[in-house]
Amino acid sequence: MEVKGEIYRVSGPVVTAIGINARMYDVVKVGDDGLMGEVIGIESEKTIIQVYEDTSSVKPGEPVIDTGMPLSVELGPGLLESIYDGIQRPLPVLVEKMGDFIQRGVSASGLDHDKKWAFKPLVNKGEKVSGGDILGSVQETENIEHRILVPPLVSGVIDEIDAGTFTVDDVIGQLSDGTELKLMHYWPVRLPRPVTEKLRPTIPLITGQRIFDGLFPLAKGGTAAIPGPFGSGKTVMQQQLAKWSDAEIVVYIGCGERGNEMADVLNEFPLLEDPKTGRPLMERTVLIANTSNMPVAAREASVYTGITIAEYYRDMGYDVSLMADSTSRWAEAMREISSRLEEMPGEEGYPAYLAAKLAEFYERAGRARALCGRDGSVTVIGAVSPPGGDFSEPVTQNTLRIVKVFWALDAKLAQRRHFPAINWLTSYSLYGRVFDEWYEKNISPEWTKLRGDAMNLLQVEAELQDIVQLVGSDALPEDQQLTLEVARMVREYFLQQNAYHEVDSYCPMKNQYKMLKAILTWGEKAVAALESGVPVADILSLESKDTLAKVRFEADLDAALDTVMKKADLEFAGLRGE
Amino acid sequence: MTKEYKTIRDVSGPLIFVEKTEPVGYAELVNVTLDDGSVKRGQVLDTSKDMVVVQIFEGTGGLNRGSGVRFTGETIKLPVSQDMLGRILSGSGEPLDGGPRIVPEDRWDITGAAINPYSRNPPAEFIQTGISTIDGMNTLVRGQKLPIFSGSGLPHNEIALQIARQAKVLGAEEEFSVVFAAMGITNEEAQHFMHDFERTGALERAVVFMNLADDPAVERLITPRLALTAAEYLAYEHDMHVLVILTDITNYCEALRQMGAAREEVPGRRGYPGYMYTDLASNYERAGVIKGRKGSVTQFSILSMPGDDITHPIPDLSGYITEGQIVISRELHMKGIYPPVNVLPSLSRLMNSGIGPGRTREDHKAVSDQLYAAYAEGKDLRGLVAIVGKEALSERDRKFLEFADLFEDRFVRQGMEEDRSIEETLDLGWELLSSLPEAQLTRIDNKFIEKYHPAHRGKARGEAPPRESTGDAEAEATAE
Repeated sequence: MEVKGEIYRVSGPVVTAIGINARMYDVVKVGDDGLMGEVIGIESEKTIIQVYEDTSSVKPGEPVIDTGMPLSVELGPGLLESIYDGIQRPLPVLVEKMGDFIQRGVSASGLDHDKKWAFKPLVNKGEKVSGGDILGSVQETENIEHRILVPPLVSGVIDEIDAGTFTVDDVIGQLSDGTELKLMHYWPVRLPRPVTEKLRPTIPLITGQRIFDGLFPLAKGGTAAIPGPFGSGKTVMQQQLAKWSDAEIVVYIGCGERGNEMADVLNEFPLLEDPKTGRPLMERTVLIANTSNMPVAAREASVYTGITIAEYYRDMGYDVSLMADSTSRWAEAMREISSRLEEMPGEEGYPAYLAAKLAEFYERAGRARALCGRDGSVTVIGAVSPPGGDFSEPVTQNTLRIVKVFWALDAKLAQRRHFPAINWLTSYSLYGRVFDEWYEKNISPEWTKLRGDAMNLLQVEAELQDIVQLVGSDALPEDQQLTLEVARMVREYFLQQNAYHEVDSYCPMKNQYKMLKAILTWGEKAVAALESGVPVADILSLESKDTLAKVRFEADLDAALDTVMKKADLEFAGLRGE
Repeated sequence: MTKEYKTIRDVSGPLIFVEKTEPVGYAELVNVTLDDGSVKRGQVLDTSKDMVVVQIFEGTGGLNRGSGVRFTGETIKLPVSQDMLGRILSGSGEPLDGGPRIVPEDRWDITGAAINPYSRNPPAEFIQTGISTIDGMNTLVRGQKLPIFSGSGLPHNEIALQIARQAKVLGAEEEFSVVFAAMGITNEEAQHFMHDFERTGALERAVVFMNLADDPAVERLITPRLALTAAEYLAYEHDMHVLVILTDITNYCEALRQMGAAREEVPGRRGYPGYMYTDLASNYERAGVIKGRKGSVTQFSILSMPGDDITHPIPDLSGYITEGQIVISRELHMKGIYPPVNVLPSLSRLMNSGIGPGRTREDHKAVSDQLYAAYAEGKDLRGLVAIVGKEALSERDRKFLEFADLFEDRFVRQGMEEDRSIEETLDLGWELLSSLPEAQLTRIDNKFIEKYHPAHRGKARGEAPPRESTGDAEAEATAE
């Protein structure tokens, strides 16, 4: 159903058309070049359109075609390993079609329509299916099975379903009402995909990073924000999360980033190896790159494109982690479009609906029972870049109101070579309690207490440090000196983690528990020794303390811990003169 | 021949409003003929069936409702040719040096399309500027955009000129071509640049675009785009390595604000338009290296911070687009130190990919980190000394305090004509670091200390006194 109208007015990326009766958020083709745009307002007979491409030399009177479809992405096998721009055009295809610079009026479909996939049906003729059900599967990459879903709004009785090799356009079957089934379907990006029910996020996303799993855990289906000051090791952290977290699919959105830095990501990601399978990490990754000089409207759309792809894999029953870098650039795109529309500005010129849009986006995260009956999740980790490092600005503030976890990357820690440079005093996680049950069942009933003790210790240390700054640590009472030392052990032996060390790069949750327990047990023994009259200097010079620092690099942690703790027992006994 | 309209309805500041036209394309170039026959140029800002808004580059002086308006039917294009090298052009691309018009080999659209991020090569080739504070601690690489954050009355122009004179890629014979765009600088400053270009012969490999302080502000909005188009042409068509110097970004942004106000747009922070970030990005992002092409565009812009305020929207937004910044310090300038680069807030985000073995020297990162840390500590101590006096300091602290002075006096300070090689810079760094107790050099791996520390140099390896290892595998690995 294509309706043709014409352009009335052009002002930068905002075009006004007359003669069409498009719905809000419908995609329209603007001008002789067929530039892609989206309806963002209707004022009596005029339709306001934001155009995703440069509008230079577009004239009033040129045609505007209403496609009758909202901005949608193609969902089907072939998404993985792709590198897209903000509106799901594959960047490598764009290079092929128009060279090194992005020209306008070029369309490229998100999926490869020529590639053939081997499809194995899982349903039979006569079976009743409804939206979101699994029809069958395609081996998308070596380790990811792509489950072909009935489009969410379709249901009926299977009349025919075929095994074989198909392109995404081929018909693989038919419902009794004549509806054709294909390997792919379209979904509008601004509309959350339906699920049977949202589940409570009671399972932690295991990242193998002690500061995250141990102190500031994130739920599968949870939301987290990270500020990304320069030199804080954000890139390494993102790669660690992508590599090690137990999400099966990774979606990375580079939104308004620097071209040169994006080039770095696009070069490096394909080189990363998935440590669990030894295959390239790209085989379970989708990258979306929209640099700051690419059209602003496409930047605004990029986060929706990303989260829709993430939801699609969730609907197959996968755990997906989505990283958006950075949501501040996305908010700026909204601000810019809003000011073009001459809307009344809110705080710092951002539109008044900024908070609502941010909330809507983060609400699409979550763990859910998908329509097919399997459980899946979308975990969202959004980077914020507050201008001038000022956390009171609207984007950061509105984000913090929504997300449950805040990982405060801190450049000062990075300068002190404390990695991962997450500040343990300003970070927080609201999931701690929610996981108690899970911890009790899967790790240890003690874990919650240990974690609390460690946090408490670090807090006390921060207070003592203030005094030390004034009077020096020697002036503190002996028990406080000991507290400082044990806190240092927690920081250096537990929180610090070497992303490049074979063993230390990933620390299973059970090992995290054992390590923290060992450190705190050592601390308890030390306190006991101190109370029995042993001078603090003697305790601090024990060898077992220094050996404890090295256990994180041991492949056989249990054996190493066993040796250290036995040694500690002997040493403490020695100190007490037994 | 295109139609001439005599239907100007309003003139407001640099804008004219033309009615009853046939359809006119957005961003089209416009010629306006005045009563006296002179022609002004402009660009379509807003076009609709009822009204076309045109911004006039040379200002609207002398325009009246009877002036004739012609729409050229094309967007602004720059006639490009290799013969541009050695030429001085106006802010809108007309010859200013009395020479003939450029005979174009091609005509390029000045807006410039965005480089597909997939086509980019991450910049990694070290550029030696001969300035220690830049080469040693805030290394510039080919394809980077690194602005100088300065203030009024500071010698940023000298620094820019010195870089333009001295910049080279190690091991490569070819010199940089320079595209210089002046935006709203004074005639005197412009003379200064021109004199220096002529004196050093740099003009032969330079293209100069001049928009002076008394030229119309609107023209300033296209000057950097012309310059970058010329740079892209030389880089991607003629395989040249081009260094683009834009001065002064602040004047550019003022012009942007002025135009926004004239168009009665809703202002953003401090009255600057809400799209300033995207507008700046569309200029800054035109730096880079493209896979499979030999040339490159490196940007070095000068930005004077109003009131030395680094949180002002102009430096703030720039900082989010550029790959770092070189910050000029008024305090150092007052002490008589040239170039007064304050290394502490300065930063080059692409430094780590441009340094190290095979590019500069294996110890580069370690030396840079150590210099940075030691200088930062020394500067902190200065604050303390002001309160408690020098006598209260420990022996160790006193060494760091002295180091800070030494660093400013020897490492930061250098002559305007002094071109230090990276070897010289690093060796100088070592020399200064050797004034500190060796045990305090915690950022440097033992093997580098044995190899490069003046106290060990020349000795056989085994003779060096045993030290505890300070090498932290993590420290090196986390290089971002």
